[in-house]
Amino acid sequence: MKKHDAIVIGAGHNGITNAAFLAKAGMDVLLVEKNEWIGGAAVSRNLHEDWIYSNCSYVCSLLRPEIYRALDLARYGLQVVPYGGSVTMTEDGDYLASYTDEDASRRELMRHSPRDADATHRFERDIMRQCRFIRQFLLRTAPDPTSFKPRDLMELLHIGREFWALGEETIYDTMRFYTMSIAEFLDEYFEHPLIKASHCGSGIIGSAMGVMSPGTAYVLLHHAMGDVDGSAGAWGFARGGMGAITQAMHGCFADHGGTTLTGSGVAQILVKNGQVSGVALDNGDEHHADIVVSNMTLPRTFLECMDPRDLRPEFLEKCRNFKIRGSSGKLNIALEGMPKFTALKGNRELMKADMHLIDSVERLERAYDDWKDGTWSRDPYIDMLIPSLTDPTMAPPGKHFMSVFVQYVPPKIRGRDWTDADRDGFRDTVLGQIEDYAPGFRDLIAHVEVRTPRELENEVGLTEGNIFQGELTMDQLLFNRPIPGYAQYRGPVKGLWMCGSSNHPGGGVMAAPGANAAREILADRRKPNTVPEGWLDD
Amino acid sequence: MKTFNIDSREHYRNKVFPSPFHERQAALNENREWSRWYDYLSVPAYTCSTMEYFAGRNTCGVFDLTPMTKHRITGPDALTFLNRLVTRDMTKVKPGRVGYSVWCDDRGQVIDDGTVFHLHEGDYRLCSQEHQIDWLLINARGFDVSVVEDTHDVAALALQGPTSCAVLKKMNLPEVESITPFGLKHFDFEGTQLTVSRTGYTGDLGYELWIDPDHAGVLWDRLFEAGELHGIQPMGSEALELLRIEAGFILAGEDFAPAMHTVRHRNTRSPFELGLGWLVDFDKPVFNGRRALLREKAEGSRYALVKLDIEDNKPAEHAYVYDTRGRNIGWVTSAMWSPSAKKNIALATVETPHGETGEKMKVEIYYQRELKWHRKMADAVVVRDAFWDPPRRRATPPADF
Repeated sequence: MKKHDAIVIGAGHNGITNAAFLAKAGMDVLLVEKNEWIGGAAVSRNLHEDWIYSNCSYVCSLLRPEIYRALDLARYGLQVVPYGGSVTMTEDGDYLASYTDEDASRRELMRHSPRDADATHRFERDIMRQCRFIRQFLLRTAPDPTSFKPRDLMELLHIGREFWALGEETIYDTMRFYTMSIAEFLDEYFEHPLIKASHCGSGIIGSAMGVMSPGTAYVLLHHAMGDVDGSAGAWGFARGGMGAITQAMHGCFADHGGTTLTGSGVAQILVKNGQVSGVALDNGDEHHADIVVSNMTLPRTFLECMDPRDLRPEFLEKCRNFKIRGSSGKLNIALEGMPKFTALKGNRELMKADMHLIDSVERLERAYDDWKDGTWSRDPYIDMLIPSLTDPTMAPPGKHFMSVFVQYVPPKIRGRDWTDADRDGFRDTVLGQIEDYAPGFRDLIAHVEVRTPRELENEVGLTEGNIFQGELTMDQLLFNRPIPGYAQYRGPVKGLWMCGSSNHPGGGVMAAPGANAAREILADRRKPNTVPEGWLDD
Repeated sequence: MKTFNIDSREHYRNKVFPSPFHERQAALNENREWSRWYDYLSVPAYTCSTMEYFAGRNTCGVFDLTPMTKHRITGPDALTFLNRLVTRDMTKVKPGRVGYSVWCDDRGQVIDDGTVFHLHEGDYRLCSQEHQIDWLLINARGFDVSVVEDTHDVAALALQGPTSCAVLKKMNLPEVESITPFGLKHFDFEGTQLTVSRTGYTGDLGYELWIDPDHAGVLWDRLFEAGELHGIQPMGSEALELLRIEAGFILAGEDFAPAMHTVRHRNTRSPFELGLGWLVDFDKPVFNGRRALLREKAEGSRYALVKLDIEDNKPAEHAYVYDTRGRNIGWVTSAMWSPSAKKNIALATVETPHGETGEKMKVEIYYQRELKWHRKMADAVVVRDAFWDPPRRRATPPADF
């Protein structure tokens, strides 16, 4: 059988990005995907009549513009359109809005607290200082602090220099950011409960931590460090849904001679004499290459798709201890018409915005209590959008696609597996919550796709349904991601590489792990580098 | 009365609001162009910015100040609160006086500059370029003081130019001519109180008028009636910009980056670096930034803000500044051809030790002639004094023209 230069496992955005950069360097790359379709968690699917869902990830900001450009994604059909603002609705029928207009947003904050309106400048400045620091490491490989290789030393020196350049105040703040809870952090800026609640969501999305858990301040940064066309912190829709991103990436990959096999997953990564030799698929086929790149999560790669006898027990133990806890679910809803949110009173601008149903930090923390109890939140955190108001390709005219991200949702129900009855119960909790804010909402529903951690793991392959392929906590960041000593995308077996979000710099549809891994592989094989460096933000 | 209502969630339907003078402004705004100044519609130029500029130097111009951020500070601890907030000694600003001030963060970096009006004993108005209520309330903790932003509760006009005193006298404001520079007086006016301060942003004879928004219209009308024979003109923000550069006044967000908005920490400036060292009083035992400013005074500043007199007549906007050996040492922050001084002038930031009065520099000017771009390395010299500083600015009582 034909031997490829490299096999990439998993056609999510990082897998395809990795494969595309390798193919651009002239390598013969085989991309294998267990589903019949490609995209992983950046996927658009047609499950009901003429509706298209962004089934998993649903908005775009973190996708590195350097990668967008290097893979020429615009030429392969990708368009990212910013959407306007956000709104947090309260139980008593009011809301806090953020508008595309800066002055209107300030006045909206003033309506609730004039002081917080002004404090927002200080808050945004401090967030941006941290984001600028982090951003420059996104398209760089983390150094190994225990190695004395010149490259690692240089990189450590670089981090040190940039850290020092932050200035006294921000250096102190950095340590605090990585260790504080989002609730504590917001207390240092704001007084109004609704204003705090509106910022809290970014601190917990995708994380199995509560707003009062140490470490959640960093998660907020992770959501704030992206941009759309240089507009920092802005989010947009990929036209055609998030699948448009992976379709464009795949267009680039195919154009550079890449081969893709869908419909059969990897049963095992093959190892011969301490060197990978290829993969065996579920359908029995074997494919061979000296390089195998896994875009699967760390546990899935090493605990499910490898023979433990090929690995050291200490390494396996660390894979078992990797924190990758499911915390969220999602409803994708086809609507026959436009829902009417009581609070919005026909505000069309806010219908297009990112909508949340939350009043206070305390309410969010109680939602987390349910997760600890092993059940979904009875009063969940909801991050909800109607992409079809911005993107005409998602639903027929006059009808709508609504994307509802829900937190908290545990990977297991009080220690046992999810059942279909649990899933329906979860669905009804969420729909009931939305109905409370938009009477008549349920009558508009034509179809619902419900995704609990069970579906996310079984279909997308995200272990425990964790959307970041591993918690974004200090113990699992930079040179500790995914585990100490393995932060350079190199697996423990010769020829085995890792390119998923389990690796630095982590999850979100960023494509940085895939790109960074490709750069390492190309350097290792002495191939020309096709992966861009990060743009300077000086 | 509030000038507009933001208590309703419906405010989003308007992204900007009319000032209390809007009807009068609209009638005179022949250009039909409006700009935004925070919450309000503002007029860039009613007819012609050059003519409006000359009104400010030759007769008098009226500029709507209402959008300026205003705060009211009252209570037994108002003075001690202000004294810890700003760098200058506020005990010297007696009731009926106004003090230009800067305030800093703990690193001694300027948050904003503004004017403090000592309206009555223990009752102050603080005007600033940026919103400040968060910082003011942080500073107010532990003081028996009330701090509120009242931007929308006060309508204000600037009346600037050599005939401005004559206009106010014609309005029958008793003894208005006795107000000295940086002084203020309250007058009964149409059943309300009108406060007149001899302050402004033009470096010339001029006043600022403060009144409740309900009386904004009548104030405007009375002013223009009184000024009819004294060359009164409405003045837009473009003219004011020219006037303030000639006067050598700095503008937050243009000549320096306010500390609360600055992400790259090296881009902030201390009072010394803005040429405002005279506003720093180390005799005060405690004030924001004192320790850092003492250190800076001992160790030296990183930057200096200079006034440049540049050869030739091509405005040096956005120009790089070089030393005589061609090394880049800074950049221009504001520049114009000065019609009154008949000089090509600029405010610039340069790295220390550059910036001494009399130092020669080069300025890299890009200018366009019929779409074609040209470049000139112009000679420039650092000057000490404002480009425009007529004796009438200080004369009390002022002449009628």
